[in-house]
Amino acid sequence: MTERLQLHIRALSRRSFLITAGATGIAVAFGGLLQDASGASVAPTVEGNYRPNAWLTIAADGTVTIMSPASEMGQGIMTTLPLLIAEDMDADWHKVRIVQAPSDAEKYGNPGFYGVQLTGGSESTRGYYKMLRLVGAQTRKIILASAADMLNVPVSELTTEPNRVVHARSGRSLDYGEVAAAGALPDPLPQATDADLKPSDQWRYIGKLTVPRVDVPSKVDGTAIFGIDVQLPDMLYGAVLRAPVQGEQPETIDDAEARAVPGITHIVPLPYGVGIIGETVEATKRAKDLLKIVWTTSSRIRSYTSDRLLEEYRRIGRDLAQAGVSAAAEGDAQAAISKAATLIDVDYMSDHVHHATMEPMNATALVTGGTVEIWAPTQGPTGTQGFAAEVAGTTPDKVKVNTTLLGGGFGRKAEADFIIDAVSLAKAVQGRPVKVIWSREDDVQHGKYRPLEAQHVQVGLDADGNIVGWRHRIVADSIFARTMPQLFESEGGHDSVVTEGAHFNYAVPAHQIEYIRRDNGLDIGFWFGVGVGYTRFGIECVIDEIATAKGVDPVALRLELLKDQPRARKVIETVAQMAEWDRQRDGRALGVAYSDAFGSHCAQIAEVSLDRETGEIRVHTVWCAVDPGIAVQPRNIEALMITGITGGASHALFEQINIVDGEVQETNFDTYRVIRMSEAPDIKVIVIPTPENPIGGVGQVGLPPIGPAIANAVARLTDGVRLRHYPFLPERVLAALNA
Amino acid sequence: MTAFTINGQAVDLAAAPDTPLLWVIREHLKLTGTKFGCGIAQCGACTVHVDGEPTRSCVTMVQDVAGMEVTTIEGLSPDASHPLQLAWITEQVPQCGYCQSGQIMQAAALLKSNPNPTRDQIVEHMDGNICRCGTYVRIISAIQRAAREA
Repeated sequence: MTERLQLHIRALSRRSFLITAGATGIAVAFGGLLQDASGASVAPTVEGNYRPNAWLTIAADGTVTIMSPASEMGQGIMTTLPLLIAEDMDADWHKVRIVQAPSDAEKYGNPGFYGVQLTGGSESTRGYYKMLRLVGAQTRKIILASAADMLNVPVSELTTEPNRVVHARSGRSLDYGEVAAAGALPDPLPQATDADLKPSDQWRYIGKLTVPRVDVPSKVDGTAIFGIDVQLPDMLYGAVLRAPVQGEQPETIDDAEARAVPGITHIVPLPYGVGIIGETVEATKRAKDLLKIVWTTSSRIRSYTSDRLLEEYRRIGRDLAQAGVSAAAEGDAQAAISKAATLIDVDYMSDHVHHATMEPMNATALVTGGTVEIWAPTQGPTGTQGFAAEVAGTTPDKVKVNTTLLGGGFGRKAEADFIIDAVSLAKAVQGRPVKVIWSREDDVQHGKYRPLEAQHVQVGLDADGNIVGWRHRIVADSIFARTMPQLFESEGGHDSVVTEGAHFNYAVPAHQIEYIRRDNGLDIGFWFGVGVGYTRFGIECVIDEIATAKGVDPVALRLELLKDQPRARKVIETVAQMAEWDRQRDGRALGVAYSDAFGSHCAQIAEVSLDRETGEIRVHTVWCAVDPGIAVQPRNIEALMITGITGGASHALFEQINIVDGEVQETNFDTYRVIRMSEAPDIKVIVIPTPENPIGGVGQVGLPPIGPAIANAVARLTDGVRLRHYPFLPERVLAALNA
Repeated sequence: MTAFTINGQAVDLAAAPDTPLLWVIREHLKLTGTKFGCGIAQCGACTVHVDGEPTRSCVTMVQDVAGMEVTTIEGLSPDASHPLQLAWITEQVPQCGYCQSGQIMQAAALLKSNPNPTRDQIVEHMDGNICRCGTYVRIISAIQRAAREA
């Protein structure tokens, strides 16, 4: 089966923000209701009958239950988004309870991200920000209208304090709970406009360091419910033995021994493997090991060997005769480069990397006749509805998706393969839910890896070392061709997520970006930072290579190239101060990198040392300054920078999926190495909010600069030895040192 | 049948003796705070205490804990008030949170034997626990805080 991820993109109509549709919650998504003295908490169900719109309800005791429409995978979104509503409706955050919204793109889709429920691209806060604030503002107007009616006063005489309507003239006031208990919704509902939004100097929650995340208490006592934790009455367990090479199918299945395992109830042949259903997890695991399958040998992926392909991609990148699709063209870069006094002409490469979310792929499904219910740690409830419907032979509206907490996502859980497993098996045992759990080996060997990628960068400098032209050729397979074929086609074969980040804000007179698509058939996917994770590796290292050629300081060169970009300059100047950029270190060096990707400005400096005998790099400290525009939750933004830096260092130093003849060589955390505490740098972050600017993305912003910052530090430590291939494995470092 | 004690309660289970303790805890006893991460004792997400010792439940067979005392994250404190749990909230450690039960159980064993660990001792003791969200620096801060405030 082809595992496509079609997002059912639809044209966005102007949304009316308040519809009197009732809100229904999800009962299973969270554990015990935790009373956190310092703020809102998560709740299993909606309380209260006062429903001004689909986003919230207010109960007679003043409890405000707010829907969180996006998938919580660690980024804090189930605090951020409800907080926006709470701000403008003037709710008391201590009285707020948050419920995960059901799958319903019509009501809860991201207006800034195809109108669907799909969490990714660092698009959630950016996409929902305006709408949710308007929802809050309009809710407040509705409450005021109800209260005016109750108090028999003009609305214009009323003001609000948190969870309270105040009539100063008569000294009377009503708690929101009292309004909810006795008030009637006004008809028609008042509308809200930008003029109704609370001015930033009156914000109680946005931008405050004191608002903690609502999901944290449940994550320290074991009550948080992730997908894998779902427990349902009469639930069966499922496992799937997948073909060792993508695209192969079972030719013959000998399941005699597997069937004999006590507790095994069904063996289900699938187009891509063999499913097992049983009464216990351990039975399904045992039976899986006993299956004897002869697989077909016809898949084209059998010719996929990553080392060999990457070398081929590098050669294609260098071969300027091989034209690509233009991703951007400003000025005539080629002409400028041909006349340059100095040419920087380099290749940067990155191997496949895997998400390795701590929670392996899993999903639970119940198929009953033509209806499907799913409980899953999914980034894409809307897409899940489509896929599940296809498998179950029904329509998406008959599929209810309960989005649980996600034990990591990083793009992997935007895919549907684990959902398809659960629905396929549940279909075989109609009326009983089946929870499918992948082993870590399944997870590592059947990933949707970041594409294998080579980039060829040519930069021409004039006699004074000024950049005259910049040409950037990116060679990789396409993610969108599989996941969003219509978008890929409409963009003329340019995969804008694969080349993401190649466009930058440095002032260069001519800039050309080309995408040279390869198609070797492997299902590649969205990894943390997607294209930016490698395009900024090439760009930021090349900036340092230019600084070296020009004989100038890398921080000074960046400031010069960004002289019309005050926000960019500010984060770079700040991080240089934090790190004491000009201070020499014994046996260590600093490297800098900057990124304006995802609408935020982020600069980082890494302090590294190097063992010249073993080739091992040690990253001691990383300083980071970030300007995300409006910083809704500054403390959480700091946490997300830590995540990006640590994860980014992990992938730059260690992470690598090797595929030989179509078979993934790594199996588990013993062979797929990720960063551990003893290898993790100390990290200092400064968040620089600029609320006068548009809101930027945050989730992936911390990742892109760290790899090039490390490479640039190594170059400064070693008198110019360049590392141009992710990951910086010790043998690659030694080879570069000895070159 | 395997009899042992979990979070102070006696249990007697019909699970096959070679069933990993992890799956007994999670799916037979429905104590889902203990997580499956790798199955080969490489990530620490499944860490519980067996007679007070931090133990990877994914590679411990249920027969191996017969007659012993198992403590999971749910039993670390009666009301989520262990100094580490409080420090974890104050420092806002978790991101996705999936590994954090294992992290806290691993850290709790450290503080029990060494109430004032150095940073190096913390790192050495915690190095078998992977956090894919990279919350390591906040984990260290939280352990230091718990040691300070306990």
